Amino acid sequence: MAAFKKQTINQVTLLGIGGVLLLAVGMVAPASFMQHFIVFVLSVFVGFQVIWNVSHSLHTPLMAVTNAISSIIILGAIIQIGSSSVLITILSAVAVFMAAINIFGGFLVTRRMLAMFQKS
Amino acid sequence: MDFGFTTAAYVVAAILFIFSLGGLSGQESAKRAVWYGIVGMAIAVLATLIGPGQAYWFLTFMLVILGAVIGYQLATKVQMTQMPELVAIMHSLVGLAAVFVGFNADIMINNMDALFAANDRVLGATVGDSFTAIGLPKEIYDGLSSFGQLIAKKSGVEITILRVELVLGIWIGAVTFTGSVIAYGKLAGKVDTSAKQLPGGHLLNAAAAAASLVLALMYLGGSGSWTLVLLTLLALFIGYHLIMGIGGADMPVVVSMLNSYSGWAAAAIGFSLGNDLLIVVGALVGSSGAILSYIMCKAMNRSFVSVILGGFGGAQGEQMAVEGEQVAIDADGVAAALNEASSVVIVPGYGMAVAQAQQAVSELTNKMRAKGKNVRFAIHPVAGRLPGHMNVLLAEAKVPYDIVLEMDEINDDFPDTDVVIVIGSNDIVNPAAQDDPNSPIAGMPVLEVWKAKQVFVSKRGQGTGYSGIENPLFFKENTRMFYGDAKDSVGKLLPLVD
Repeated sequence: MAAFKKQTINQVTLLGIGGVLLLAVGMVAPASFMQHFIVFVLSVFVGFQVIWNVSHSLHTPLMAVTNAISSIIILGAIIQIGSSSVLITILSAVAVFMAAINIFGGFLVTRRMLAMFQKS
Repeated sequence: MDFGFTTAAYVVAAILFIFSLGGLSGQESAKRAVWYGIVGMAIAVLATLIGPGQAYWFLTFMLVILGAVIGYQLATKVQMTQMPELVAIMHSLVGLAAVFVGFNADIMINNMDALFAANDRVLGATVGDSFTAIGLPKEIYDGLSSFGQLIAKKSGVEITILRVELVLGIWIGAVTFTGSVIAYGKLAGKVDTSAKQLPGGHLLNAAAAAASLVLALMYLGGSGSWTLVLLTLLALFIGYHLIMGIGGADMPVVVSMLNSYSGWAAAAIGFSLGNDLLIVVGALVGSSGAILSYIMCKAMNRSFVSVILGGFGGAQGEQMAVEGEQVAIDADGVAAALNEASSVVIVPGYGMAVAQAQQAVSELTNKMRAKGKNVRFAIHPVAGRLPGHMNVLLAEAKVPYDIVLEMDEINDDFPDTDVVIVIGSNDIVNPAAQDDPNSPIAGMPVLEVWKAKQVFVSKRGQGTGYSGIENPLFFKENTRMFYGDAKDSVGKLLPLVD
């Protein structure tokens, strides 16, 4: 019972602090920022829920696959590559190349690892 | 195609990514889940390519193909023991890409600034959704890339926020880049694995961090792009110096942490580009890495801060003296005990992988299981060089995953176990963690192998090994030391076990 109470107090305090912080951000930040911010906060929550359920035995494949999907940064480079500035195009091109290595390398090595896991 | 289409594709991609992570809750669902991730990525990239304002199709396509070839080579050639190195070097690529994309955003802001000035306008002074509202001639506005239009429509406050976001993205990306390169070097043995620091130690890091903050404020105040360049150099230095100061044994935590950073960098860049998919994925990856770091720290009973600042924490006073002596045993003795045993637990450590003994261990397991013995593996969370590394190494040697158990699943079973074989692990089976409050690893959760009827420790020779901590397990009455190279030792057992 005491543990439950403590947990409740902790949870409510955290929620309170989080709420106040969010309000503080909302006071100064424009609406266009807050639209993205809500996506960010919710994604962090989804991430925590999903990742806690990942089997410990699959943590290495998890790292490889998160590596591959964090190369989603390739989108940023693709959006920028068509700019009129040569410098931007060069930097974007290198970024596209590096992210592509990661995407293919990451997914392929994850697949390779997962295929090794066999039941008796 | 308009933005509505792109956004719809992003929603689908985001959901597929969440599925691909969620599927990793089980070995079989994971095999399907990786395809969700691949399809999600393909959808996201294609939707962006055919989205509004895209150019240089052919260049992009060729670069992706080139990247695919190299990625394929990396993924198919890498040894499973080298997995940590591969993961580390891949993080560095994400970090560097974030730096480049961040710099592009800054260049774009400068270009837009100049464009507005040339048209007697001030960037951010007027807000509106169309070219008439912001006062640019239509043909100029239409000639802008989609990112250029995005910036042109921003208000002054929004541009400041954009700058904050890109500073964050660049800073985190740069730390991730050099940090990962050093982590790679340490894991691959190309950089000295001991904890090394320049004179000044963490004061230097703190000073560099403080200086980056000052530079960031100057940049936001409009001091120009040179502040951003300097800030990047400082961040590169911090990444280098921070990871140089951390010992090789803590690299699993470091790699998990950098995994997290690469996610946060992507999220920050997503904010500055106004791209929600980048934000979603960055947040997913960021929280994933954070959880892995937390699990690793917990398994070593150390705080995250103490790992990052280097060195073991909390060790005070004299360590307990170990009584007794180590008793050696030969292959015949071990084999005799194995032949009599009905339940066997094998505790592998990274030493097993170093000796390349997985295959021999797997064969031994098959032989014993064919005799109807209950053979299982006990995996400590920090065994190996990466979270879950041991599981992959055993899977590669064709050990079925359902007999490979986690510490929490098997720790209560040791009292009922006839024989425990410890192969190439040391600290994770050290009873001093529980008995000796002065031990450097006091409080660390360990596999309680000493509770089994008999323990055999396969070890190269006497001595304390990697961490330099004395292990009382080796001196216990029910422990026998099986000296020699792990591969040879297990190889000798094979013909004797029937």
